[in-house]
Amino acid sequence: MKQKHLSFLIPYLLWIILFVIAPLVLILGYSLTDAAGHFTLHNFVLFFSGGTFIKMMLNSFWYALLITFFCLLISYPAAMVLTKLKNQQFWLMLVILPTWINLLLKAYAFIGIFARNGMVNQFLHLFGIGPVPILFTDFAFIFVATYIEIPFMIMPVYNALKEIDPALIRASSDLGASFWQTFRYVIWPLSWPGVESGIQAIFIPSLSLFMLTRLIGGNRVITLGTAVEEYFLTTMNWNMGATIGVILIFLMTIVMILTSGKRHKKEIDL
Amino acid sequence: MRKNSLLGRIYFGLVLVILYLPIFYLVYFSFSSGKSMDHFQHFTWAHYQTLFADHRLLAIFLETLMLALLSSLIATVIGTLGAIAINEMRKPAKQRLYLSLNNILIVSPDVIIGASFLILFTALGFTLGFASVLLSHIAFSVPIVVLMVLPKLKEMDNSLIDAARDLGASGWQVFSKVLIPALTPGIMSGMFMALTYSLDDFAVTFFVTGNGFTTLSVEIYSRARQGIDLEINALSTIIFLFVMLLVGIYYFISKRQGKKAKGVGGLIK
Repeated sequence: MKQKHLSFLIPYLLWIILFVIAPLVLILGYSLTDAAGHFTLHNFVLFFSGGTFIKMMLNSFWYALLITFFCLLISYPAAMVLTKLKNQQFWLMLVILPTWINLLLKAYAFIGIFARNGMVNQFLHLFGIGPVPILFTDFAFIFVATYIEIPFMIMPVYNALKEIDPALIRASSDLGASFWQTFRYVIWPLSWPGVESGIQAIFIPSLSLFMLTRLIGGNRVITLGTAVEEYFLTTMNWNMGATIGVILIFLMTIVMILTSGKRHKKEIDL
Repeated sequence: MRKNSLLGRIYFGLVLVILYLPIFYLVYFSFSSGKSMDHFQHFTWAHYQTLFADHRLLAIFLETLMLALLSSLIATVIGTLGAIAINEMRKPAKQRLYLSLNNILIVSPDVIIGASFLILFTALGFTLGFASVLLSHIAFSVPIVVLMVLPKLKEMDNSLIDAARDLGASGWQVFSKVLIPALTPGIMSGMFMALTYSLDDFAVTFFVTGNGFTTLSVEIYSRARQGIDLEINALSTIIFLFVMLLVGIYYFISKRQGKKAKGVGGLIK
């Protein structure tokens, strides 16, 4: 079996070397060199000295946080209702189906909905509110991103809620807990793993939704993801783009270490 | 909770309405004459006629499908072999190392994958086009296949393999007659995921595609940047019907299989 083990490993190992390790090394290499290929820390100095990049970094994280928070706010009650419904598989399917429609098509729909004469403004007009510029604002970007990510939060939260033993909830109310107490001390802690995987499924992808900032957010560079795209494909300054990329990877790693640490503690608690 | 159940249902209904509103908005205006998504003018099939006469777009549609099938197939082979190899590693530390390397591409933001692959292809002197897009799609699909196949390997009874070998099966026979059939559910769901990853990808493709090759996502993006084009609305109607059909079939099959099946949970990307 030893030899077969090796021949199974080779294509996979090749994949790891070529598409996991090599790209990481290359992007790090680009971030530490200038256009002529000489070693320099200039890109990093530029990133941390200019206020624009720091502001953009904080902005990205703030927006990703908002998107994740609004997703959770909308999805958690929806998932709770879902666990009480008949034909849950059917309703679940209805929640998942929109994720199958291409993201670009959904973004494109919002160009129409949020337009100056679009649906939202026509609706507002009924109340005598004049056309409000919605498209190409940061609000539009956060709204559309939240819209796109909602099913990815409902799904894991629903699965976690489904696994809670109903006897625990009955026991809690038998012992005199109000609905809020039951929620606070029984349902919420037990569904936390689902919330956590929802957060992980939404937070990081939210950083790279550059197509939404281009189409809906008004073509401005407001997040790190858009900045990477800008530097690589528009201004062709790959070294600066790689620097922003490396910083993004670094921040992501910190976020992940923090969340996995939490999970470890939870295991001890149980 | 029981007394709030009506309110809860209304809330859930509202969430569903919001989820579907943009899609139906697109479909609705695909039948409108005129050039904007503001006011419905007259009913017309004109945008569908333009769509079916648009050979370029249809070719892109077929190429996107082919790309997805090809990349998911190759990724499934590499990923399955990789999962078997990881499962056979004796040292837990080594397994953990491989799994962390495996998961890097899953947790990376798409822009980072796209940018670093762009650097890679340039460094290798690769021309950007179909081949670079195909390689990228294979690359980001491999880890998800591994993650789908690995649990099936863990829950497989190892005595099956020992029994087959005791009964005189060759290495290849053990592999093709025992191992692969036992892993089939994991392999299928891995391939399914790889297929949806590929069909849905925009960001990575956008980075590594040159001028010669486009996928549907990239084409929609470049058209949407130029403004409203009701031909895209017609296209989204077709895609929506297609998706409904697929998901409907999947739903009824999983329902017929009864409680044993995992249900629609497998549909999420």
